[in-house]
Amino acid sequence: MKSFRGFVIKEFFHIFRDYRTLLILFGMPVIQLVLFGYAVRNEIQDINIAFVDSTNDHVTRQIKERIRASSYFNVIGQLPSERDIREAFQRGLIKEAVVFEPGFASRLAHDGVADIRIVTDATDPNTAKSMQAYTASIIAHYQRDHLGSTALRIVTESRMRFNPELKSVNLFVPGLIALILMLVCALMTSITITREKELGTMEVLLVSPLKPIHIIVGKVLPYFVLSFVNVVTILVLARLVFDVPVRGSVPLLLAECLLFILCALSLGILISSRSNSQQTATMVSLAGLLLPTVILSGFIFPISSMPVALQLFTHIVPAKWFLIIIRDIMLKGIGIEYFWKETLVLAGMTLILMTASARSFKTRLE
Amino acid sequence: MSANASVVATELSKAFKATRALADVSFSVERGELFGFIGPDGSGKTTLFRILTTLLVPDAGEAFVDGLHVVRDYRELRKRIGYMPGRFSLYQDLTVAENLSFFASVFGTTVEENYDLIRDIYVQIEPFRDRKAGKLSGGMKQKLALSCALIHRPTVLLLDEPTTGVDAVSRREFWDMLLRLKSAGISILVSTPYMDEARLCDRVGLIQNGTLMQVDTPANIENSFDRPLFGITAQDRYRLLTTLRGYPFANSVYAFGESVHYTDRRNEVEPSMLVDFLQKSGLTDVAVRPIGAGVEDAFMALMDE
Amino acid sequence: MKIIEAQRLTRKFGDFVAVDAISFNVEAGEILGFLGANGAGKTTAIKMLTGLLSPTSGDATVAGFDVYSQPEKIKKSIGYMSQRFSLYEDLTVAENIRFYGGIYGLSARQISTRRDDLLERLDLGHARDDRIRSLPLGWRQKLAFSVALLHEPRIVFLDEPTGGVDPITRRQFWDMIYETAARGITVFVTTHYMDEAEYCDRISIMVDGRIEAIGQPADLKKSFDVASVDELFVRLARPVQA
Repeated sequence: MKSFRGFVIKEFFHIFRDYRTLLILFGMPVIQLVLFGYAVRNEIQDINIAFVDSTNDHVTRQIKERIRASSYFNVIGQLPSERDIREAFQRGLIKEAVVFEPGFASRLAHDGVADIRIVTDATDPNTAKSMQAYTASIIAHYQRDHLGSTALRIVTESRMRFNPELKSVNLFVPGLIALILMLVCALMTSITITREKELGTMEVLLVSPLKPIHIIVGKVLPYFVLSFVNVVTILVLARLVFDVPVRGSVPLLLAECLLFILCALSLGILISSRSNSQQTATMVSLAGLLLPTVILSGFIFPISSMPVALQLFTHIVPAKWFLIIIRDIMLKGIGIEYFWKETLVLAGMTLILMTASARSFKTRLE
Repeated sequence: MSANASVVATELSKAFKATRALADVSFSVERGELFGFIGPDGSGKTTLFRILTTLLVPDAGEAFVDGLHVVRDYRELRKRIGYMPGRFSLYQDLTVAENLSFFASVFGTTVEENYDLIRDIYVQIEPFRDRKAGKLSGGMKQKLALSCALIHRPTVLLLDEPTTGVDAVSRREFWDMLLRLKSAGISILVSTPYMDEARLCDRVGLIQNGTLMQVDTPANIENSFDRPLFGITAQDRYRLLTTLRGYPFANSVYAFGESVHYTDRRNEVEPSMLVDFLQKSGLTDVAVRPIGAGVEDAFMALMDE
Repeated sequence: MKIIEAQRLTRKFGDFVAVDAISFNVEAGEILGFLGANGAGKTTAIKMLTGLLSPTSGDATVAGFDVYSQPEKIKKSIGYMSQRFSLYEDLTVAENIRFYGGIYGLSARQISTRRDDLLERLDLGHARDDRIRSLPLGWRQKLAFSVALLHEPRIVFLDEPTGGVDPITRRQFWDMIYETAARGITVFVTTHYMDEAEYCDRISIMVDGRIEAIGQPADLKKSFDVASVDELFVRLARPVQA
């Protein structure tokens, strides 16, 4: 145990003496938080939507038919009332609801005005904006073709759920946490282990009575602690500077973060055990971990608008599952009963990766 | 197998893909012996050391270090050996003192506990105890690496090319330290590409292309060189070399420091015969002396076979 | 004819004087052994003479060119080979030759004649399309030396060219050095093998940034009353403390 303690202390020395490591560890979260604030605009396709239409007259039927006919939306049915929208959003059944006011056709005939409200699940504000625009455009076309351009008018009013101010940063923070954790845990761990191989010190460590498990745990423990500090820093910073809320349970959020940290650390160890230079480890981590975390996790591009093959591929990206979980906790404020499946997937992945990395860490040089 | 053997290797072989690194290497090292493996880069020294330090598993053959099998008993063995790999394996960003106490803690001991063993070496670098290892000169790094390898009081010390790339002064000091450690009863296996270091070992193994060509004391190796050897000097060394190579009776002609080492094909050769030939070829200041062979002469003779 | 002339050549890094006002000349076709302990300033001195590092003060010309104002001309007139870096391991012998020939502006025809010539002299024709990685160290070093001479420089700098090489190849390498010098090319060589120092026309021993001794090995041994260069070196180059 004494030798293990000495090991961990040494790791902290390495970290605190290398200003580049420190910069990545503590500067990165802040810089990313500011930089990534504005995410990329995206295309949408096959968005699940539902209607709230108490009258079901000839006008609403025609409008609904138009929406149904477009390739953007996939109508899954009617909701009895506006109050049911919230639950449908929370359960992930739909992303948008189109609400027709009661007595739609007759109001249109008498007053020349009728309300349609487009309610979008703005957990993902980019997609939400696009959905609104597409829906409004379909309705506008209908109006021009059937109702004439001057005599009558349809007012579309959109209301957001969960992320009412449509702030990208709210959505961005969960993605950032995933990215930072991948960076710190997987990239930094794989680099620190391969550095010892390059220096030749790994040879000496292997020849010492230290068990491989001590070497692994000793190497990753500092990063485990520091990445957890990072999560807390991001959350606090996001709260104080950008006013990003955590609507759900904080302990649950932190617990899920710990699970993801373990997953990323295992990946880092796995990479380092297969590569002999810091360069290889960096390339593999960047291409194999960070890129998917940014692109294929739903962080920036909605998974629903990806080709099917790529959508299937996203299933093996741990960040995808993690993102669903923490968006649910932070933005929707819902509990584990809604994402226990995702948690289970993530836990399973972690277990497999841990086993694989423990096995591939050799007690010898080959 | 002697009961007093510290290292015993029997027909060790190892290949990496198509490259043969070691072929049927057998030897034994006595307790308290200073044993040198002499050979150029790529001769198999590092592979051999990695097998003995449990870092590699041999393809064939077996080895015991301090009575323990290098494959089966690797865990126990790792507590007993001190190892200094080819590149001085130090943490460049840690200070001298931090490196030492780290390696002490890895082996579950403290610097104080075994200070007597390393004192002679460590006092030379102690003035720089707060300097980062990366900022030390080659000789200082070498001393620190040796201190780190000794800090847990190993019974066997394996040093892989500890003097490579280090200047002649530091090399000399390093060998002095090894001789002192030897007198403390530690068995030492050291590898080196410098032939002149062979004389400082109790016994040496000459290794080339993965084969152990000869194992013996430096004196016996020198005596086993059975041809008459001449040291020849002349005014123009390059012409001396080419002229001798053109001599029909020449067997081997090698530059050796200030003279040229020469062996003849004939069994009976007088220095005067060579002087005659060289002077007739136009060389001046010719001197030919019969000399005893060194380990390097023997090594080259074995390579030529 | 003097091919290298250095007058009070000095290089400082902050307060640290790496090279302290060294003065020496090297004749064309001479083999100069440049010795010194680790950290004595050899590398810094070589960097100044090869145009890689500007001196802090003092003067030097290499192949007639000034180290301050004409480093590019110097680089064209010299060849360089070190133990650590010489040839690209993942390229073949022929590819390495073509690459270095190209760097020094040789024409395709020059490259191919010199390549064939070089391979024949080294008896390496069969290995023309082998990757450098697959060659034994000794061959690599000999090849690297030949490649450093490809553009027919007037001076060649060899930085520990024989480190770790087997004793026979080491001597073959020195034969190449002799041949090169006989062709009038100056050879500037560093080594940790003290017996090799004896092979040089002259040696210089650097200690703490200064040249403590320079001259023919035999003369130096006589004037310092020592039996070998090794002994001389150990006497002069007292351990440089860290």
